[in-house]
Amino acid sequence: MGEFKVHRVRFFDYMPSAIRAMAFNSHTERLALVRADGALEIFNFADHYFQEKVIPGQDGRAVEALCWVGQRLFSAGLNGEITEYDLENLRPRYTVEAYGGPIWTIGSNKQGTLLMVGCEDGTVKMFEILKERIQFQRNLERQKGRIVSLSWHPSGTLIAAGMMDMIRIFNAETGHATHRMLVERGVGASKSREVVVWSVAFLSDYTIISGDSAGKVQIWDGLTGTLVRTHLVTKWDVLCLSVSQDESSLIAGTSEGTVVQFQFISSTVDQQEEEWVRTRTFKNHSHDVRALAHTETAVVSGGMDTQLVVRPLLDKVEKNTQESAMRKIALPHRSLVCCAKKAGLLLFQFPDHLEVWRVGESDGHGKPGDSLPVKRKPEKLIQLKGKGGDHIYSSALSPCGEWLAYSTVSSVRLYRLQYNNISITKVSKLPKDLCLGHQLCFSSDSTKLFASSRHSSVIVVALNQLECKYLHTLKPKSGSRQPVHLLCTSEDGKWLATANTDCEIHVYDLHKRKLHCTVPIYSSCPTAIAIHPTTSHLVVVHADQQIFEYSLVQKEYTEWSRKLQKQGLHSLWLERDTPVTHVTFSLKNPAHIILHDMFMFCIIDQSLPLPESKTLLYNQMTLRSLPEQERIRHSHAFKICKNFKHVMCVSLLEDHSLVVVERPLLDMMSQLPAPVRQKKFAT
Amino acid sequence: MVEHGDIRVVHRGGSKINFRKPVITNDSRFLLCASGESVKVFSTSTEECIHDLRGHTDLVTGVLIKPSNHLQAFSCSADGTVRLWDFTDGILIKVRLLPSIVVCPLFQLVAVHLPQSGDQLVEARELSAVLTGISSNPAATVFGRGGEYIASANGLQLEVYFFKKQKAYRFSLKEDNKKGGKNTFTCVACHPNDDCIATGHEDGKIRLWRNFNHKKEYTYSTLHWHHSAVSSLSTNLLSGGIESVLVQWRYNQENQRDFLPRLGAAITHIAVSPDGALYCTSHSDNKITIIQSCVKVSAVIQGLVKGESVGTDLMIDPRSKSLVLNGKPGHLQFYSLQRDKLLYNLDIVQQEYIHESGLQQFEVVKAAFDASGNWLATVEERKQKGAELELNLKLWAFDEQTQSFVLNTTISAPHEAQITGMCFSHATDSQTTMLVSTSKDGHFKAWQLAAQSQTDADEGPSWSCDFVGAYHGLVPECCSFSADGSLLAVSFQEVVTVWSPASWELLTTLSQPPKAIRNLCFGRLSCSKYLLGTTDSNLLCCWNLLTCSLEWSTSMDVSLLLADPLSENMAAFCCQAGLFVFKPSEPRPLFSQKAVCSGMVTRAVFAPREEMLESCEESSQWLNRSQLYFLTQYMVNNTNRSAVKEKKSLVIDDSVAMTPFYLLLGKHRQQQQGGDDPQSGVSAERTPLPQGSVAIKELLQTPAHVLPSTSFLCSMFVQSLLISVTDSREESKHAEEEMESEKEEEDSEEEIESSRTRPEQQAAVGGGEAAESAAPAMTKAQVRELRRVKKLDHSWLAGLLDS
Repeated sequence: MGEFKVHRVRFFDYMPSAIRAMAFNSHTERLALVRADGALEIFNFADHYFQEKVIPGQDGRAVEALCWVGQRLFSAGLNGEITEYDLENLRPRYTVEAYGGPIWTIGSNKQGTLLMVGCEDGTVKMFEILKERIQFQRNLERQKGRIVSLSWHPSGTLIAAGMMDMIRIFNAETGHATHRMLVERGVGASKSREVVVWSVAFLSDYTIISGDSAGKVQIWDGLTGTLVRTHLVTKWDVLCLSVSQDESSLIAGTSEGTVVQFQFISSTVDQQEEEWVRTRTFKNHSHDVRALAHTETAVVSGGMDTQLVVRPLLDKVEKNTQESAMRKIALPHRSLVCCAKKAGLLLFQFPDHLEVWRVGESDGHGKPGDSLPVKRKPEKLIQLKGKGGDHIYSSALSPCGEWLAYSTVSSVRLYRLQYNNISITKVSKLPKDLCLGHQLCFSSDSTKLFASSRHSSVIVVALNQLECKYLHTLKPKSGSRQPVHLLCTSEDGKWLATANTDCEIHVYDLHKRKLHCTVPIYSSCPTAIAIHPTTSHLVVVHADQQIFEYSLVQKEYTEWSRKLQKQGLHSLWLERDTPVTHVTFSLKNPAHIILHDMFMFCIIDQSLPLPESKTLLYNQMTLRSLPEQERIRHSHAFKICKNFKHVMCVSLLEDHSLVVVERPLLDMMSQLPAPVRQKKFAT
Repeated sequence: MVEHGDIRVVHRGGSKINFRKPVITNDSRFLLCASGESVKVFSTSTEECIHDLRGHTDLVTGVLIKPSNHLQAFSCSADGTVRLWDFTDGILIKVRLLPSIVVCPLFQLVAVHLPQSGDQLVEARELSAVLTGISSNPAATVFGRGGEYIASANGLQLEVYFFKKQKAYRFSLKEDNKKGGKNTFTCVACHPNDDCIATGHEDGKIRLWRNFNHKKEYTYSTLHWHHSAVSSLSTNLLSGGIESVLVQWRYNQENQRDFLPRLGAAITHIAVSPDGALYCTSHSDNKITIIQSCVKVSAVIQGLVKGESVGTDLMIDPRSKSLVLNGKPGHLQFYSLQRDKLLYNLDIVQQEYIHESGLQQFEVVKAAFDASGNWLATVEERKQKGAELELNLKLWAFDEQTQSFVLNTTISAPHEAQITGMCFSHATDSQTTMLVSTSKDGHFKAWQLAAQSQTDADEGPSWSCDFVGAYHGLVPECCSFSADGSLLAVSFQEVVTVWSPASWELLTTLSQPPKAIRNLCFGRLSCSKYLLGTTDSNLLCCWNLLTCSLEWSTSMDVSLLLADPLSENMAAFCCQAGLFVFKPSEPRPLFSQKAVCSGMVTRAVFAPREEMLESCEESSQWLNRSQLYFLTQYMVNNTNRSAVKEKKSLVIDDSVAMTPFYLLLGKHRQQQQGGDDPQSGVSAERTPLPQGSVAIKELLQTPAHVLPSTSFLCSMFVQSLLISVTDSREESKHAEEEMESEKEEEDSEEEIESSRTRPEQQAAVGGGEAAESAAPAMTKAQVRELRRVKKLDHSWLAGLLDS
């Protein structure tokens, strides 16, 4: 495997914010998730839960609810606005003020023609969904007290609204309230407090299910407005409900961090009469479960503890397969760390600021596994606060460390750094075309800046000491409208590769300033790409863990890649549940490919035989115990190191030392607020 | 040798009533439970045992009400039969023999087709295996709604078999969840109307399974309150375990539950009456609690509590004549032998018992009653690792008002080491009561009830140490008072020391090397001059205290030696459970039997009979006044199962009540025996007319309505009576002498040397005792009564004759 001096970086105190709302689109199998800072994330459940798109948030934007209407995504928040997102350009498309105070909830009818929001002032407002925008239609009968939750009956005639202490049923046509169902308050001290109906669900058989702050899940008959059954689920709040597509299963998320499942099953084997029965309880969260989604096969939950948990329902999936394994998505699937290889600098990207650190130095020597004494401590050189309310989308640091660029939804900013007496100067005059940058990347000689723009195009900007000049725009021939999420250049400055969420990979010849080739499209989204510095092979790793090597010169897959595909990857490699987020190459040994995911980093030695299906994949420990001659016989191409956990970045510096940026989950957990108090047995 | 065909061991009671789930009858009036080899029928309102359905020859393993006739019940047993009972009348209706099943390593659930037949004994031939590899615990297999399916759990797998579809579904759980809890199934229950199966688990969880007619889409919900294994579940979703709390869950509202705490001991079974009004729970301390509507304990049926070990000997409370032994931890239980029922528990330790494994608690290790039953002495000890031994000697006085024992004196640390033996002075007439305790610290101490001093006049008398004795630094093992309380024998390893309790001087030492003394016992009544001891070197020795020499000794591996307090008989149990009953004056045993039971007899006691039996057969005479109870320990289901058994003589006329006729009849027997003896030399006239005795027997046994008129019978009857009246006293004496001589002859035929010299010795000792010893079976009171009866006869007869 080789020996490395490793900079084990743990001072990137990245903290994702709490998950606030979720919406699942069962047609496209995309999950939209919004966090407390307003950031929107789109996960593709059909492609190994890969985080495809991220739209950064904004200061002061608190999104309370999300809603898919077809392919369109709407959100509403406590600032009283309804926002539609532009998922192609990764920005809010437009914002409509609802004029009803803070908005608590949003919903659409099944036909996708109307949108309704529940406001603080007690009104339910209907909006007509037009092709390019939404238009206010009317108000339903105004109530006293805020509308906290809404649910539309699938036929579109009735609307259930959860309020303070009660549930109202509206006739959608007339706009009048037809029923008023009082919800019992909690017992004891909470008797005097109003009960909040946090969530309602209107089923097609006119059953209304409500979850409230007294910890109850109640089942009502929506036609008569009578209570059918009460399930006391928790001592605290039931915050969210989600019903499966076929209305046979219901999940409720609570403040205790549990998700309780109810199923609509018949009490006796051969009878048709069915009822809602509490069945399973999942406890995957330490804090409030604020958002839930019931997909066909799994329970998706998220909350205060910032993790997205996908818990497959074992009665819906095949047992002991990859599909039946539980997934926890704790770290983003994109790189938040940029490493200036030549300068030994690290750029950390936070939602609202950037930090530049210099890694420490050590001149000590030691055995493998030893920790060396630090001669110079790592130091934070620069903390750069983002301008305006917009959060940072992407950032880059040039390999020489002199240039720093970051982009937000509205603009791209470029800075020049000097380190002898630390100073930062903004490059004020940027070309007009450089206004959007989903991804930023510097060329290896730091003379060019690449910024991906709309419709998968790339803008090339030349940099020198005096000015910054727009060179040209590279456009793919496919005409894809999806954004580029990966960008990389070759060491010699000849190639630029881009990957977009349509799974296309385009390679441009920078000397000729035109598209060189398009890599054959693979069904899974690429998660990391890199061009080999000497052989100019493009290495692509996909969300389904497949690895391809593509020769840019010959415009075909290399021999090694074909061999790998023919033999197939090891099953343990395919079972890993976090994507590879970074690929680099060793300067010393051109046959080495270094890549990492959240739980390991791996050096693929192309000169060694590939592991067969029966060989031990994680064999580094056993190899170490073998004598020298035996080692060669037993070693294979995949050299995997699991010494590091929760890895955010692995990069090779020019002095051949590794930088490993870790963000231990325990540190993140310790920064969370205290969860609700629960009585534990024997405490 | 000795004829003992009429003495047999009878299983007397004290068997487990918590072995299997009890059954409440449809009208909630009776409770049926398997108890050893019988089925007991209790009344749910009075706790009384109404019937004891006997008939099985092995352990009863299940009881069930017949579904088609709720006045009948099935029981099955390890003897391979299924019996049908009418439990209201206690009648056996049918016996069904099951074909012997080929021994199989796995338990199988088989369906038995019960053939319809009028005969009482029916052999069922049709067997069909339903499920294989089921748990041996019957609580893990249960019928579902309306008998449509059966659910059975074993290990980590639940299997549901639908009879109609003939299809089985298996659901298995993971071996261990992450938190280390165990998922093993412990018990199963089914909802009576819904298709819902509740399963209890090792980690205290209850799972409710639904949709189990699908291979994949089954679902379950989990309820968790118990902290350790759920040992029992019932159809009403009641659960219980080691916590001794009955939990009632609300079906479909599982967050709400009701508790009935403090039920005394771990719950092993829960049964519910068909109308749901009565619950009954079996507990690990052999108790059945009947609970009305989950709020009120209405009745408690308590069997003999079996602790981990019987530290104390079996004792008889002289007042209540009940058996006293260890019961619940820290308690002594008083158990009525006649009624097979626990009378009450006496809390000795008076400390809260903490249910925690590995915790050393105070245990009652010794107890002793004085002869009148006024005082009870108990010793409790606690040995903790690395800590000093804690010892308490407590003396309890009987309080007439409350009719129970009240703590009088607590002596903490009476000795520095474990107490090995303890006994009260037996003298009933003496003014002071004395207790002697021996300990491993090398001392024996005498404790005396101190006279009431002026200083604490209001507190009443208390106990204090009177004397501390030791002998050459040896460790005392056993102690025993002589019958009159004038002598105390204490064994110091191989040496027996005899002390005078009045002056506390060492009178003499007796020794029988090389091994230590194991048991020590004074003879009673006429044999009170004898001191008997057994040694580790398998020797039974009898010392004569008058000559201070060894009277006789025999090689015998005696594990237990005890004296009957009402006669001079002694019983010795051998290591292989052989039993010998003998008199110290005659080493030839009165009775002997090999292997009274399987396993070693460790504890036994003579219990006085409520009414004395008159038996003429010499081999069973020793049982006339007392019954011998002993405790057996044999392994059933890997737990110590003990049962109190009784030795009971079966006299032919046992069923006849104590009447003058009966007494007379007994006399006739003796006369017959005497008459048959050719050496007797008694004239023929004393032998009763054979016709006469037959006539009397006829008179007594034939029903009154078929008898001829009394005037016809009178003369014959009177004749026989007259003969006996004339010289009964003389004759009885003669008869006894003859019997004795007969025995002597037999003895001499055996070769023991000491026995040859015995008559002379006895003569030398002689005196007043001789006459008494000559009539061993007849006490003075008995003779007096006989005389009274005779007098009565006279006047009555006179009237008859006159007429």
